Amino acid sequence: MARKLPRKDVVVVGLGWTGSILAYELAKQGLDVIAIERGPWRDTATDFPPGYAQDELRYGVRLDLFLRPQQETLTVRNNMKQTALPIRSFSGFLPGNGVGGAGVHWNGQTWRFLPSDFNLRSHLEQRYGADKIPADMTIQDWPVSYDELESYYDRFEKLAGISGKAGNLNGQKQAGGNPFEGWRSSEYPTPPLKQNYGSALFAEAAQKLGYSPFPRPSANISEAYTNPLGIRMGQCTYCGFCERFGCGNYAKASPQVCVLPALMRMPNFSVQTESEVTKINLDSTGKRATGVTYVDTSGEEWEQPADIVLVCAFSLFNVRLMLLSGIGKPYDPVSGKGVVGRNYAYQTTSGVSMILKDKILNSFIATGSGGMMIDEFNGDNFDHKDLGFFGGGYMGSGQTGARPITTLPVPKGTPKWGAQWKKAAAETYSSGYGISTHGSSYSYRDCYLDLDPTYKDHFGRPLMRMTFDFHDNEIKMSQFLTDRLAEIAKALDPVEMTASPRKGPWNSTIYQTTHNTGGTVMGADPETSVVNRYCQSWDVSNVFVPGGASVFPQNHGYNPTGTVGALAYWTADAIKDRYLKNPGPLV
Amino acid sequence: MIDGSRPSRMSRRSLLVSTAALLVTGAAARARTITQGMPWEPGTASPPLQVRAGPWMFFTPDEAATVEAAVDRLIPPDERGPGGKDAGCAVYIDRQLAGPYGVGAGLYLRPPFMPGVASQGYQSPDMPAARYRAGLKALADYVKATFAGKAFRDLASADQDQVLSGLETGKIALKDVNGAQFFALLLQNTQEGFFADPVYGGNKDMAGWKLVGFPGARYDYRDWVERYNEKYPLPPVGIMGRSDWTVKE
Repeated sequence: MARKLPRKDVVVVGLGWTGSILAYELAKQGLDVIAIERGPWRDTATDFPPGYAQDELRYGVRLDLFLRPQQETLTVRNNMKQTALPIRSFSGFLPGNGVGGAGVHWNGQTWRFLPSDFNLRSHLEQRYGADKIPADMTIQDWPVSYDELESYYDRFEKLAGISGKAGNLNGQKQAGGNPFEGWRSSEYPTPPLKQNYGSALFAEAAQKLGYSPFPRPSANISEAYTNPLGIRMGQCTYCGFCERFGCGNYAKASPQVCVLPALMRMPNFSVQTESEVTKINLDSTGKRATGVTYVDTSGEEWEQPADIVLVCAFSLFNVRLMLLSGIGKPYDPVSGKGVVGRNYAYQTTSGVSMILKDKILNSFIATGSGGMMIDEFNGDNFDHKDLGFFGGGYMGSGQTGARPITTLPVPKGTPKWGAQWKKAAAETYSSGYGISTHGSSYSYRDCYLDLDPTYKDHFGRPLMRMTFDFHDNEIKMSQFLTDRLAEIAKALDPVEMTASPRKGPWNSTIYQTTHNTGGTVMGADPETSVVNRYCQSWDVSNVFVPGGASVFPQNHGYNPTGTVGALAYWTADAIKDRYLKNPGPLV
Repeated sequence: MIDGSRPSRMSRRSLLVSTAALLVTGAAARARTITQGMPWEPGTASPPLQVRAGPWMFFTPDEAATVEAAVDRLIPPDERGPGGKDAGCAVYIDRQLAGPYGVGAGLYLRPPFMPGVASQGYQSPDMPAARYRAGLKALADYVKATFAGKAFRDLASADQDQVLSGLETGKIALKDVNGAQFFALLLQNTQEGFFADPVYGGNKDMAGWKLVGFPGARYDYRDWVERYNEKYPLPPVGIMGRSDWTVKE
């Protein structure tokens, strides 16, 4: 029997980006807020100081900052005919763990989606005809437009100090920025990062082919910056330890660096760490949440009553918590009915690896989000009429740091070990180079999340089951993008190159990206969405899923965090300005 | 009902007490409520523990001799620098297997274990320590039977290479052990040991980093990021600095 704690106004499940933004915004309104975080407290001083943060084995290979599958994992299969088996050791994607969540170990690539991404289905139907969209493709319009979100994107970028160059300021094209981006109301808070040699070479080659390269918007910031909460960030030092690592320089935006110092000193906020929320509790009508139940490390069960429940865990675990709590009807892929678990999508990435002639790239000098990109082949920036697929992605010099356990290029045909391997490793490390694409993954009727019939977690609750594979549309898209990328690679006149378009089946053991989306998607119609345009549950109006990537109706050709941050602010305003004045359904 | 009876913030003292208790229970950390400020306290960081030279902690002497011989074929000594053995790869593997990695700490190990498709990943209850124990035993038996009672370490280099290559390609079948999987694990761990920070017992004198030109745990390249096509000039450093900076024990 859970022991009951004193009531709070708001309980936040998970203290990552969305949890800390919402907690700060609502605590500032004077509400009593508690966050319950499954993992440990983490901060720069104790967890990733520059004395030992640069440790590839500990963080990059043994994944010290990540969720332990023992705590929570999921079962996976490529299609409904297979038996799903558990991911016993995460490798295809890497959920975060602890205060800051995945916002600690991300690379920092911070994009906005394209305006036409937000009305994707209507846009494609209008331009190409409804009959051109595959029947099993369940893409849908977002219930919010780019114009509505613009100021929220802006707020998140200012919170995080994002480095970059605007390509479109209030409708005016700007030289040096991304000519395809939606309008921006202001320039990036900090100027673009410096580019390493590889990125400079990519930009030169792309320009020669007629493209418009621009510096990737980055949460590894280019100069010291004070954000609107009065928190000072440091300058990126190009150490090459972003992805999978915490930043010891206070230079990569994370909840620790950008929000927690302000949030933690508010007397009406507290965080309960190492405590796992097992359920959102509902009253007897099932229409109202009464709070959450959590279990601490001693196995003690607690009930935390609250008036508002904010589901702010990693996208996949938002979906599982909704399923386990019985909020919203679970999706059934056979009938196509139900919503929780529907429209799971991923990301379709690919790359071209090269060895360049007589080049010293020093590719260990890098940042998680440095690099020069082109956006000609993203979204509907190019004509899809005769291509046989929809969607696209950005591409560019995605060099995030050549740490040698995981990044050790050798020429084709080199044995994997022995004298020849050693010679090749020594000779090629400085001239091996990789560029990549980062593409969309649209949603399909048979790609979904539900509860596994066999495997349980350490509390005896069913694991979530993922059924996912790449579809023809995505395979064709990846081939097309990779071919364009290979043309740019060829212009670099490499000694050799290998293009690797994404091919099926989706493999959970090959790291591609942690960008899992969907499952609690937002929409205008309760028949095809779990939350409304304010990320509020259609079924239980005091439960919000504020902007985690689980609310994306499909995934677009960009990294999700910019949109996740914008939606967090959008939801915070909806709660502050509307819900608190008149609690109940906002739509 | 104990409303209000929990401390709002755990003190350093109570943390130490609870840590002592955890050594008995084996849990990694303890739930806490944090409020009214960042809970920063001196001495709570967890830097890596430096691997010390000394007796094998996981391998038997025979196993260690086999592994030392094998890592020296996977990364042979030559004019470019030391091989796997002198770079400490076997010591690295030994300490990893004796630690949390060896037993698969933190992994999901609940049954049932069923063979799946490749995209579902490793589906066996056998963790690295057990896989090494079984693999090395099966390898020793194979070599003994094939090479007139000899041990792997006593074979000529060419024969050692042939055995390793046979495992890699699956041409050699070990009894009750998947030789190709065992080889892949050994190769992966050997390269980890060659390129990981020296604090973990391998990459002695940063031999692996020097071989390829990786500067290690340095973290500030602002002065070099735009110096295109120029070799970065500074030698590598590790988490513990460089061996020539420290007092010899």
